[in-house]
Amino acid sequence: MQSLRRIYTLFRKDLLLEVRQQYSFYGILLYIGATIFVLYMAVEEPESKVWNGLFWVIQLFICINAVAKSFLQESRGRMLYFYSVASPGDFVLAKLLFNSLLMLVMGLLSLVLFTLFLGNPIEKTAAFIGLVVLGGWSLSLVFTFLAAIAAKAQQNAAIMAVLGFPIIIPQLLLLMRLSKAAIAPLLTIPTDTILLLVALDVLVIMLSVILFPFLWKD
Amino acid sequence: MRKIWWKIACVCLLVYTFIAGILLDVPHVPALQETIRNLYFHVCMWFAMMILFSVSLYNAIMYLRHFDLKYDVNARQYAAVGIVFGMLGYGTGAIWMSYTWADPNNPAFQSFSAIAREPKLIGAAIGLLVYFAYMVLRDSINDMDKRARISSVYNIFAYAMLFPSIWIIPRILPSLHPGQEGNPALNTSDIDGRMRLIFYPAVIGWTLLGVWITTLKIRLKLLNDKKILS
Repeated sequence: MQSLRRIYTLFRKDLLLEVRQQYSFYGILLYIGATIFVLYMAVEEPESKVWNGLFWVIQLFICINAVAKSFLQESRGRMLYFYSVASPGDFVLAKLLFNSLLMLVMGLLSLVLFTLFLGNPIEKTAAFIGLVVLGGWSLSLVFTFLAAIAAKAQQNAAIMAVLGFPIIIPQLLLLMRLSKAAIAPLLTIPTDTILLLVALDVLVIMLSVILFPFLWKD
Repeated sequence: MRKIWWKIACVCLLVYTFIAGILLDVPHVPALQETIRNLYFHVCMWFAMMILFSVSLYNAIMYLRHFDLKYDVNARQYAAVGIVFGMLGYGTGAIWMSYTWADPNNPAFQSFSAIAREPKLIGAAIGLLVYFAYMVLRDSINDMDKRARISSVYNIFAYAMLFPSIWIIPRILPSLHPGQEGNPALNTSDIDGRMRLIFYPAVIGWTLLGVWITTLKIRLKLLNDKKILS
């Protein structure tokens, strides 16, 4: 109970920071808008296979940009303060929660922009929205943990991409397979693949809670 | 490290693998013919790679438990030798593939990208990329203790994510590669009794060779470190 309250407080702190320092939030929005506009200029109305591929690659880059700063923005002094008031598990869970929410908003927003600019090949709309939510969640979880590693290594977002791309490929493969089924009218969406993705997400959360204590002590 | 019996066993097993693997009779499968002997080399490389990466993971966990830099040196060297075995696995696979899959009458095999899309190749490529990233991460941190701690954390995280990519995902995607259902070369129906007699010793032999190389590398590294510290 106590730990739930602490997670909520830390989560609210991140949310408040985001609302007050709006430049980073609008920065990501602008990033989404600009990227999709460039795509619109470059490919106009792509066929559904290309649309699907582009959509998930853009999700990946949005995720790296949105999540990268989550640990880099915490200064050394502030980390010391968190160290004294919260446990590492609470801290990382709050970060995971906040980044999931952020990625959820960004994912849905980019879906809207994609359908506006690049056409709408989706046959099963509700299923595809569900996939965007699940995919955004998976991506944000993995990259939140990698952001913690990159921040500790005192590196920029570039190392995060190097560390993250090989790890995220399996999940992206599964997601693209699922969304291909959501775009094609005749294919059914395989339930076991969805369950596999959810299981991977749970695995990432557990690993983060177990491994983060080793990262944040200096 | 000074125990010698397993080094002798390693040499004997590998000599046995080469002689028996090339001379003994093998079942004649239409698509494979004599190339089936590559099983003693190609599959063993991947077994050795997985075992070496697992030992690297064990050392990373032990480092986080005891904070002894010795474990970190072990973890790095086992990962490095694992990468070498992975590359050899690709090499032997490419040779095998060029005699069995590459069919001049089938236009799908004209391009590299058609073959590279094979799920097992993707899984293996992801595995190697993860460990390359591990090496890059290590080199980017200067402080020794910090490097050991952060790279151990990444090692554990990456290994846990690697397992699904190597063992699960290839099974749900269509593939030409044998061993779609179950564990390649471990199923009783997959491989003939005669081949089993050579295959298992070969796996042990190649793995022992990998461990042997790694122990030499670890000793060299520890000696170098001693020179720096004193």
